[in-house]
Amino acid sequence: MVAEQTRTRDAAIERLLLVCEIEEFLFAEAELLDQHHYSEWLDLFTEDAHYFMPIRRNVKYGEQDRESTSDETDVSWFDEGKGTLAGRVRQLATGYHWAEEPQSRTTHMVTNVQIVDAGPQEVSVRSRFLVYRNRLMDETDFFVGKREDVLRRDGDSWKIARRKILLDQKVLLAKNVTVFF
Amino acid sequence: MAAIDGLSSLVDLENGTISREVFVNEEIYRQEQEQIFARAWLFIGHESQIPNRGDFFISRMGEESVILTRDRRNKIHVFLNTCRHRGMKVCRYDAGNTQTFSCPYHGWTYDIDGRLVGVPNVQEAYDDRFDRSQWGLIEVPQMENYKGSIWATWDKGAPPFLDYIGDYKVYLDTLFDGYDGREGGAEVLDGVHIWRMPCNWKFPATTFGGDAAHAISHRSTLVAAYGPQGEGDRHGARQDAPQTRYEIGMPDLGHGCHIHMHSKDEPYTPTWQTMPNVEDYFRSAWESRQAKMIGNLYFEVGAATVFPNASWASGIRRTMAVWHPHGPQMTEAWRFYLVDKTTPPEARDALRRYHMRYSGPAGMTEQDDMENWNYASAASKGTIARRYPYNYQMRLGVEPVPDVPLPGFVSPILAEQNQRYRFKRWLEFMESPSWDEIYPKAVTAVGRQNGR
Repeated sequence: MVAEQTRTRDAAIERLLLVCEIEEFLFAEAELLDQHHYSEWLDLFTEDAHYFMPIRRNVKYGEQDRESTSDETDVSWFDEGKGTLAGRVRQLATGYHWAEEPQSRTTHMVTNVQIVDAGPQEVSVRSRFLVYRNRLMDETDFFVGKREDVLRRDGDSWKIARRKILLDQKVLLAKNVTVFF
Repeated sequence: MAAIDGLSSLVDLENGTISREVFVNEEIYRQEQEQIFARAWLFIGHESQIPNRGDFFISRMGEESVILTRDRRNKIHVFLNTCRHRGMKVCRYDAGNTQTFSCPYHGWTYDIDGRLVGVPNVQEAYDDRFDRSQWGLIEVPQMENYKGSIWATWDKGAPPFLDYIGDYKVYLDTLFDGYDGREGGAEVLDGVHIWRMPCNWKFPATTFGGDAAHAISHRSTLVAAYGPQGEGDRHGARQDAPQTRYEIGMPDLGHGCHIHMHSKDEPYTPTWQTMPNVEDYFRSAWESRQAKMIGNLYFEVGAATVFPNASWASGIRRTMAVWHPHGPQMTEAWRFYLVDKTTPPEARDALRRYHMRYSGPAGMTEQDDMENWNYASAASKGTIARRYPYNYQMRLGVEPVPDVPLPGFVSPILAEQNQRYRFKRWLEFMESPSWDEIYPKAVTAVGRQNGR
């Protein structure tokens, strides 16, 4: 009985430690973005990473499977790998990517971190994000939504192997998307 | 605020200046809704978005929501998305398949062909005197299915669509015809980019309508290097020799574009080197098209606008972007991406990814456009700023490039001739009380005689 309780308690602590570890990773990632350390941020992705933000649709009740565009056939906001992300990072570092020159001020809030599935090498994680962008004098945008990540073990840390970003907007209310999620 | 009857003083084509009022004045904006958007032919969508009977797709004309439908008899319609009873939107889904649109407010129900087929309690409540036939959905008086693309106008006096585009047709065809030169056969990829930009709608419409000089704003794309094959120039390798690039403006119609002209014996330029199957597909399409070419005429259109607000490109970047007015300082953009129905999956996937990294609000090229349009609009609003017109004098008085067998006024790159024609057309729409003044019947024939 005591042994059983200990095992349950150990498993719970194990799980809690994993949640803490994943949260620390995601918070550190947000820190890199908000400090504009984009090259270091890019290093957090696996070579085969998939970065995907579908367009949302207004659909009838019961047709929720059609609510987002597909990453296989459709046009989305983003549907790309590390190579394209690297191009975006290079563009940001030119000093003449006018959409981000001067740089925007951003704050990435990451909350509601839930581990959906934990395997020996990969964990599936859900979270919520609120990304605040303010640039020049008073231009302000809020991007709010959900993320579904697959993180892969990489020595003592993690890498992002898949990121699906569900922005809770049908019509994008920002004039452009120069921020990462 | 400038009075509307003083519009011609704001557009000085002889000296190449256009008042900022044209871009910021609220009264002018309101007048544009009547004079331009309620009369011109506007892009709605593509038949591939409603392939089956009962299919619908929500689009927009100017400031207003419209429904594109295909009825039971396979006929395509465009309706204003509003109930005739109290104005509620009868459809709030983006797309789908249905028999009817039933208004959530009081239950008026319309067939997908627009007929009012149900009114709750009609017999008791209306004393049997209700004539349902008079209260169907409001339908556009003219609609055109041009090679699968759907266009409509609210003006029954507007000329037919083919007259509206006139000789510009040969350019527009490169958007709706196949990569291999076959007629029609395009389809729109699922997923339409819709977003809001704080700028007057004429900024994007004019930039796309042949402003090749704005390319300098995209300098950072060279470093980003996300061309078709996933690296290199954003356009991939292509024939960029200045003598094969022209700006085209339609003097009487206001449409414009800038093009890369290709000759019949020009070999295929490798574009998708890292994807051999995709490369084979486009090489073979190029060769089929060359074989079909009559004369020495093929071109890729880098950017173009059908007056007033339908902007597009062809070649491997086949897209249509519609800049809907959403207030004097706000534009709602709708961007559609086209491929051939017969394009195999691998090539389709390569195009889809190329579109996404190039175009739209997340595209590495167009993000910078949106910054420019935003703050050009904002910095033109002030009392003092409005006193100073914009400069459209680049190659003012330019002669057309000789011996180029293309319709319209052919300018060398760079020029602002097509933008001047665009504002000439804008003024005609704004000042003319009816289509009789906007569109003299002989316009196309005269244009041909002048070798335009």
